[in-house]
This record gives sequence, structure tokens and C-alpha cells, in this order.
Amino acid sequence: MNRRTNRLVWIAAIGCVLSLAVGLSLFALQSGISFAMSPSELTAAKIEPGQRVRLFGLVTEGSVVRGEGLNVRFDLTDNDKTVRVNFGKILPDLFRENQGIITEGILNADGVFIADTVLAKHDENYMPADMAEKLKDKGLWQGAEAASK
Amino acid sequence: MIVELGHVALILALSLALIQSILPVWGAATNQSRLMATSDVSSVGILFFISVSFLALMWAYATSDFSVVNVWQNSHSDMPFIFKLSGTWGNHEGSMLLWVFILALFAAAVSLFGGNLPDKLRANVQGVQAWMLATFLLFILLTSNPFKRQAAAVEGQDLNPILQDIGLAIHPPMLYLGYVGFSITFAFAIAALMEGRIDSAWARWVRPWAMGAWVFLTAGISMGSYWAYYELGWGGWWFWDPVENASFLPWLSGTALLHSALVMEKRDALKIWTVLLAILTFSLSLLGTFLVRSGVLTSVHTFASDPTRGLFILAILSAFVGGAFVLFALRSSSLQQGGLFSPISREGALVFNNLLLSTAAATVLLGTLYPVVYEAITEDKISVGAPFFNLTFGPLMIPLLIAIPFGPLLAWKRGDLLGVSQRLLFALGCAVVTTVVVGGFVQKGQWLAPLGIGLAVWLMVGSFAELAQRAAFRKVPVATSLARLKGLPRSVWSTAFAHFGVGVTLLGVVMVTAYETETIVVLKPKGEVVTGEYTVRHDGYINRTGPNYTEQSVRLSVFRDGKLVSVGEPSKRFYPARQMPTSEAAIHTFGFSQLYVALGDIQNDGGVALRVWWKPLVTLIWLGTIIMVLAGFLSLSDRRLRVGVPKRAKGKKGKAVHAG
Repeated sequence: MNRRTNRLVWIAAIGCVLSLAVGLSLFALQSGISFAMSPSELTAAKIEPGQRVRLFGLVTEGSVVRGEGLNVRFDLTDNDKTVRVNFGKILPDLFRENQGIITEGILNADGVFIADTVLAKHDENYMPADMAEKLKDKGLWQGAEAASK
Repeated sequence: MIVELGHVALILALSLALIQSILPVWGAATNQSRLMATSDVSSVGILFFISVSFLALMWAYATSDFSVVNVWQNSHSDMPFIFKLSGTWGNHEGSMLLWVFILALFAAAVSLFGGNLPDKLRANVQGVQAWMLATFLLFILLTSNPFKRQAAAVEGQDLNPILQDIGLAIHPPMLYLGYVGFSITFAFAIAALMEGRIDSAWARWVRPWAMGAWVFLTAGISMGSYWAYYELGWGGWWFWDPVENASFLPWLSGTALLHSALVMEKRDALKIWTVLLAILTFSLSLLGTFLVRSGVLTSVHTFASDPTRGLFILAILSAFVGGAFVLFALRSSSLQQGGLFSPISREGALVFNNLLLSTAAATVLLGTLYPVVYEAITEDKISVGAPFFNLTFGPLMIPLLIAIPFGPLLAWKRGDLLGVSQRLLFALGCAVVTTVVVGGFVQKGQWLAPLGIGLAVWLMVGSFAELAQRAAFRKVPVATSLARLKGLPRSVWSTAFAHFGVGVTLLGVVMVTAYETETIVVLKPKGEVVTGEYTVRHDGYINRTGPNYTEQSVRLSVFRDGKLVSVGEPSKRFYPARQMPTSEAAIHTFGFSQLYVALGDIQNDGGVALRVWWKPLVTLIWLGTIIMVLAGFLSLSDRRLRVGVPKRAKGKKGKAVHAG
């Protein structure tokens, strides 16, 4: 193999791998991402049925209702708008009322959020960053620093 | 008193680090060997003072000294002693102290074991390490002082219960040894750029350090994965979470670095690329520290994050990474470049490995940072989930995994692809047979998973092809073959086992991803649930009180074919000091597979929600990484690295002359 073809082979190989990576990334960024929203944003936004969304908010006090077996219903709020959430799996340990949590799922036609994932952080002071800001504005929460001291 | 001593020691370490930031580098620039030699003393001094400081904090934790804010916030007098100790690094301040401690450890190691390095290179390396030490010591002293006092409190606020686990005792130190270990390769790269000179000997010096860091990083990531798997009760072993990616990125580029340094060592080529990788790997480690510490990205694993301190780390990150790249841009052209080489050769295969690993790292980086960039531009918040990474990372890994067995068989300079393929026929046969058997008979019509299993078999068998070839089985008597195997350099063995480990991990990943089953049920006492071959029976509740928690657990019996094979007690614990519940899963291991039972809420009617997973061959995921780690140690023990290092005698003589 002479120098010229040698170089061509390398350029072709690098080109192939890079274009594969770019192509895959672009494709995956179409489908692999989900929007993260607060209850107000979710109510305001027009989202297509079936589109996956991440919804974050505080679990409203007194809203947690346990139904048949594993079904749980609760309200998520940003103290502006409230969205009802249905969930049919085991809740994480740190799930409790007045706790900031993240859920993932889809909004159904009745405006109920059908979650398939509920995340509560390991850290009991955890609050999604943007939510912490909103709550601080309203004077409802002083931030992790204050909470831990 | 001891606590104040710790604080003072930290300040002394900082002043020494500031001195070491200047003297050796100045000495190297002006050819003054006495200035250069100061770093050997100062780096050991820094290590001593930081050790004192670290031990002082540990002492405060061990004695539950709640007049120290940090101890009060993160410890409790009822905690088991081992968790009191590991609590030292279970918080932001303590973990940063551990970080610099390990940094100092590696810096001193260069002084103690770097006797064979040319004086100038060593002085510059130690200078660069002192810059990092000084910066991070300053960071700790200014923003994260672990020794801050307060009016003594009666009782501490307890450590986050999830961290009260043996996993915390081991995982962060391992991970940091890996993260920070790459600071040495970074320092070597910067020193080489400062001198504007680099040769294959450089690669030979750097490789053992890179290998050491890689071994710890691999072990740390694997430990973290297993810890999350058993402690969080989600039954998952990898979530493509930003914090996980933060540790995976330096692993990918570090793995690439190990392979490219090999080309540099043997063929004196790929110099600029290797230097770039050395810089990149540590930059990614710093980025990981920043991501974990700052809370910029929403992650489920972040502990004790604090955005204000994150900014400081971002400044450090920009200064070091930015500076390194500017230096790289200015100086890399002066490094002598090697020629192009044939694609079908050992070095060609290693370049192919680097191409794919770094591209894969780039896509993981893209997915990790995309939400931040996207939000900055559009103000919409998005999250990039597992589907993105599976779609991009997966396909990029497949050609690499297929290529792995070819690499070690190809000769340097000019390989014979046909000949190599013939030697891999046996591995190919094994892979095809496995795929056909699994796909055709066990999983009728499902081909994706069987192909994955076939690929794993290809890797596992193919990794030993080089050994088989060198032993020349069936061509010479068995005794001769064995003797030949015994005589092979350890590096050959370590390559085979490291690649074999990749195959083992892959097999575990494919099996769990494709064939895992999950059952969620509500069981009352005496109730049963069937998962595959196993029946799980609820045998009643038990309430207990631990040292600093209360616990409600469920007695479970596991039967197969009507015979009792295992018992377990998954539980819900409650830690009153923090008002925090945790769950402890019950994990039953059968061979390489596991039956994983996590507890949900106890219902009002006396039933309990159970999540039961059957995880076929799941332990292979971590077993494979253990094999990789052992292979790394094997490679470190190779004589070649100790005895064959070039210029050792010359270096020693040189030193003696200087001293005289």
C-alpha cells in the first residue's frame, strides 16, 4: 500500500466514524430528549399527546392518595398551577409531601400526568435548581444552605 | 486543638505548594539543579502536612467533635465507627480534602519513584503539580474550610443515610485515585510542552502512571455502579446520569491514552495526539469534579452540591484547561511528528481504537452538556436520557468491540489481516455457534440479543488468540506450549485478560438488558409470587432497632422446585436524626445471576408492595471490570516497566554528578 492510498484509507475511516457519530447524535437528539417543565409551563405549553415530558414540582401536602395495590395519585405544584399525577410503581424512599421531585411520563387527554418514573434525590435538601429560584422568589423556601443549618 | 492543628497544617501545605510552584520550574528554565532539587523535599512536605490535616479531620469525626461545623452537619454519635470514619469524605469539604490529599500523594510519588526521570522533566512535572495543589488548597481554605468551629452541639445531624454504607468507605477514594491519578499524566504533558521536547521514553514513563490511575478509576466506577445497584433499590446498574457520565468520560479518554501511549512507546509516533489525550483526560476529570460539586446538571447522585463553590471550580477548570490548550496550541507544532502508518498494522488498530473511543467520548460529552447549552440558548429545559446514549454510544462501540481481538494479533508496521483472521477462526466459530443456538432455539426469532451474546463470546475467546498463537498449541508438545506461555511477558497476559474482561462485562450487560424480568406485586403474609424458576414467599414482618435507625423488614423465602434455596429480609429503614427513610434490597445470588427484591410501601390492609427482578448473569458486569482491574495490575507488574525503562542508569549518574 503506498503512501497516497494509505492516507486515503485513514481519511475515509475518520470520515466514516465522525459522520456516523454526527448522524447518530443528530438522530438521537430528535428522539432521545425530553422537555423538563414545571406545572405552570406544562399547563401553558401545547404538547402533543404521547410526547414524553419531565415534570418537576413540589408534592402538595395532603394530596397523596393510595389506591388499589400500587397505584398512587398525588398533586405536583409550583405554587401557581397544580397538575395531578398518577403513578403505578413503587415510589422512591424520599418521596413525601412537600418534597421536590421529578417525574417522567406523558400527559393524557384529561390533563392527568401519567408518570412511569418518579425521582426523588438522595439529598433531602434537594430541589431542582430552577424551582428553588422560583420558590425563593415567593419566599417559600430558603435554599439548601438555610435548610441544613 | 487537634482540629486547629489540621487547619494550620493545611495552611503550611499551601505555602509549601506556592514555593514549589515557582522554584523547580525556575530552576528548570535557568538550569539550576539545586533549585530543581527543592521539589523533592517540598512535595514530601506537602504530603506530610495534608496528611496531618486529613487525619485531624478524621480524628474530629472519630471522636464526634460536634464543635466542628462539618462534623456536626454530617455525623452522629450513634453511627457505627466505620461510618464515622468514612463520613470524613461523605461531604463537600471532606471530599475536597481527600481530593488534595490524593493529589499530594501522587505528587510525592513522582519525587519518591521518579528517580529515573530526567531532572528538568521531573522539576517541571512537580511544578505543574504544585500549581494544582496550591489552587485546590486555596479553594478549600477560602470556600470550603472543613475545620470551621461553632458552639459545641450536643448531637450531630447525622450523615445522609444512603451514605452510611461500606460503599462510601471505598467508592470515593477509589474514584478519586483514578480522577486525580490522571493529574500526573496531565503534569507530564504540560512539562513536555514547556520543554518542547517529547520522545518515546516520555510515553514509557507516563504509561505506568496512566495505567495506575486507570485501574483505580475502573474499580471506582464499577464499585459506584454496584453500590447504586444494591443501595438505591432501583435495580439499575447504569443510568447515563450526568454524574456517572462525568466519571465515564475520563475513563474513555484514559483508555484511549493507554493505547496511544503504546504506539508512542513502540513507534515514536502519535506524539501530539497522546499529549492532547493526557490533557483531555485530566480536563474531563476536572469537569467531572465541577459537575458533581456544582449541581449545574440535575443528577440523582449528587451529594452536598453548592452552586457558589461551583463557580470557583469552574474558574479553576477554565484556568487549567484553557491554559493547557493555549500551551498545546503554541507548542505542539514544535513536537516532532511521526509519519503516517498502514491501517492494517498494530499501530493502525490502536489508532482505530483511539478514533472510536474518543468519538464515543465526544458523544457522551455532547449528551451530558447538551441540556446546559440548550437552556442557555433557548431557556427551555430539557433532559437527555438513556435513549440518546444508547443510540449513539452503542453503535460506536460495536466496531471497536469487533476489532478488539484483531489488534494484539496484528504485527507492528505491516500486519497480515488474512493470517490474523485465520487465527481468529476458532473464536468466530464459537461466536457464530452461540448466536445460532441462542437465537434459533432458545429465543426463537429474536436476533439482536443473541448477536450481542455472540459478540461477547467473540471477545472472550478472541482475546486469548494471541496467547494460543504464541504457545503454538497442537504444533508443539503440550509441555513446550505451557513453557512458552510461562515465558511470555506479563503485558501479553494482561492485554488478553483486560480484553477478556470487556467481553465478560458485555455478556452481563446484554443478558440483563435483554432478558431481565420485573414483577411488581402486593403480597400479604403467606402470599407468594413466581418469577421464572423461583417462587418468593412472604413470611411475615419483623421490626428492629439499629444503632441510629428503626427498621421494618419482611422475611422472604425463595424456593426453586419446591426446595428452599435462599432467605432474605428486604427492609425499610428510618433515620430519625434526618427524618429520612431508606430501603435495603434483598439480593439473592444464584451462580452469576441475581434475584433482586426491593420493598415498597406497606399497605393499609397488611400487604406490602414488592418489586422482584430476575437479573440473569448480572454479576458478570462487575466481574468483568474486576478482571480488567486485575489485568491492569498484572501489566504494572511487568518487568519491562521497572527494569527496561530507558536511561535509568544515565539519569542516576547524572544526578550524582549534580549532587557532587
